[in-house]
Amino acid sequence: MALVQIRDVYKSFQRDSQRIDVFTGLSLDVAEGSFTALMGPSGSGKSTLLNLIAGLDRPTSGTVRVAGADVHAMSAAQLAAWRARHIGFVFQQLNLLPVLTAYQNVELPLLLTRLSKKEREERVRVALGVVGLDDRIHHYPRQLSGGQEQRVAIARAIVADPTLILLDEPTGQLDARSSQEVLTLLQRLNSEFGKTVVIVTHDAHAADKAKAVLHLEKGVLIERAAVGA
Amino acid sequence: MRYLPLVLANLGRHKRRTFLTTASVALALFLFASLRTVVTTIAAGAQFGSARRLVATNATGIVFPLPLAYAGRLRALPGVQAVSWANWFGGRYGDGKRFFATFAVDPASYLDMYPEIVLPADQRDAFLRERSAAIVGRRLLDVFGWHLGQDVTLQGTIFSGDWTFTIRGVYTPSDPVINDDMLIFRHDYLDERMNRAGFAGWYILRIDDPNNAAGIAKLVDDQFRNSSAPTKTGTEQAFNASFATMWGNVSLLMNTIGMAVVFAILLVTANAMMMSARERTGEVAVLKTIGFSDWRLFGLVMLEAGLITLTGAVLGLGGAKLLYRATNFNAAGFLPGFDVDGTTLAVGGAIALLLMLASGLVPAVRAARLPVVQALRHVE
Ligand SMILES: Nc1ncnc2c1ncn2[C@@H]1O[C@H](COP(=O)(O)OP(=O)(O)OP(=O)(O)O)[C@@H](O)[C@H]1O
Ligand SMILES: [Mg+2]
Repeated sequence: MALVQIRDVYKSFQRDSQRIDVFTGLSLDVAEGSFTALMGPSGSGKSTLLNLIAGLDRPTSGTVRVAGADVHAMSAAQLAAWRARHIGFVFQQLNLLPVLTAYQNVELPLLLTRLSKKEREERVRVALGVVGLDDRIHHYPRQLSGGQEQRVAIARAIVADPTLILLDEPTGQLDARSSQEVLTLLQRLNSEFGKTVVIVTHDAHAADKAKAVLHLEKGVLIERAAVGA
Repeated sequence: MRYLPLVLANLGRHKRRTFLTTASVALALFLFASLRTVVTTIAAGAQFGSARRLVATNATGIVFPLPLAYAGRLRALPGVQAVSWANWFGGRYGDGKRFFATFAVDPASYLDMYPEIVLPADQRDAFLRERSAAIVGRRLLDVFGWHLGQDVTLQGTIFSGDWTFTIRGVYTPSDPVINDDMLIFRHDYLDERMNRAGFAGWYILRIDDPNNAAGIAKLVDDQFRNSSAPTKTGTEQAFNASFATMWGNVSLLMNTIGMAVVFAILLVTANAMMMSARERTGEVAVLKTIGFSDWRLFGLVMLEAGLITLTGAVLGLGGAKLLYRATNFNAAGFLPGFDVDGTTLAVGGAIALLLMLASGLVPAVRAARLPVVQALRHVE
């Protein structure tokens, strides 16, 4: 069974008197251990799709299952706990709390677990090690470059060992080199650690790193196999 | 408390704002404690008085004297165990800037009547032996740097002329409501100097049974009803309370000011909390994405408000308690026993709690109910 199962999802937004239908009967599977790039023009519904998978937004109808759980059957409180356990999310920007150090930012998801301070510290150090920022542990976001900030955000997304990592244009604000670093890191997370990754990107190079590329056009999927990988 | 670093980091974001808000709360509660203590001190003064002591004054008004000849007749009344008398002496010392109360009393009977005025035995004897002797409260002695055996000269305002007393005793009240800021001298010295034998300002009677107070008071007043100086007799408590009622409006004013101050600070605190919350919409959305529940975010915002108001409360209330203790404040003798009491601290704490709820509730609910998707769309 696929890790993510989206079945017959409808999603529309009401803006003033206007109704925007983003999805009209979308179905999609994401396999465990896959690395999927989600592409498509602006407004095609990429962010909306990630939000639905993460349980940040509800579909108008249809079901979203992640690791067997019906995401939208849960209460708000259950959903929060479920998200803490299963989802690591990275946005395009402003992922980090500016008043917290890199260490404290990465520690946030672990505060919600029963782990002791010492166990939390071990995990935070490992996560920051994986993204190559062992030497920036006590830096604040403003003391980091854009690429480093995104790597801290990725460290935070993986620190609680989630089932699924979702990234919404994580390299959108980065220069070519930093983008490359972030993508290579994601590739490693997928191949070495077996993490399931779904990344929204406009960057064709980024899509090349993925094992599968999905094209979204006005809420409709056009699938094709990745060239490189 | 694993979330404390997060809350503290948020408070540290605008250090000046946090400091000013906390300081406002502290100042408000300091003022509240001070004003309320004025009220409680006045009330305690009105409450003071033994139920076994009656005070008889001239029915025309307290400034009119009563004949000293009444003493014997009062002592003879059934139920009366002891009688003493005293007279208000308006006096100025030095430049007169530092006011204190001065009384002329019948020494032996007065000290018997008021065991609350604690005086070493040898000093008591000296006071009883020497006509121009005076005893002073510990505070007064310290304020002017007097010492035992010193001659002190007062200018009389009611009884004119220079009056010189020798300090023969220093008393400490066993009940804080008794003023430790007084000079007490001998009634016979007053009479002798004024050449006016036989007048007392008021009489104090000790009675055998507090339950008979009303009856005995009536007996006294009946006794002198048709004389040239009729009396008005009541319990000592009523006597003290009659002074306190003059303060009645002050109490109302104090309470009103106190409430106004607290309300003003509520607005300040609430505004600061709102500002902080509004700046952090995006961060709240991030925390929710990580898996922080609505209730947790509610709690974190409340905790933040609570830290500000409780720190303010500890500083303001604790500061008031310690400051008035340390400086031995008594408003130059007008508010003896001025001390922030436990009830005031408790009410102040409750106000701090209310401040926390009132200032934290709206931003906390807003954080809890923030829809993540909407919030993120505004950020990006
Ligand atoms: N909360 C919302 N309220 C109203 N309309 C919305 C909301 N969220 C998304 N939309 C609309 O839904 C459509 C899909 O939006 P979405 O953000 O998913 O697109 P996207 O593919 O991520 O675009 P981009 O590449 O610009 O990020 C757009 O037309 C958008 O205006
Ligand atoms: Mg988008």
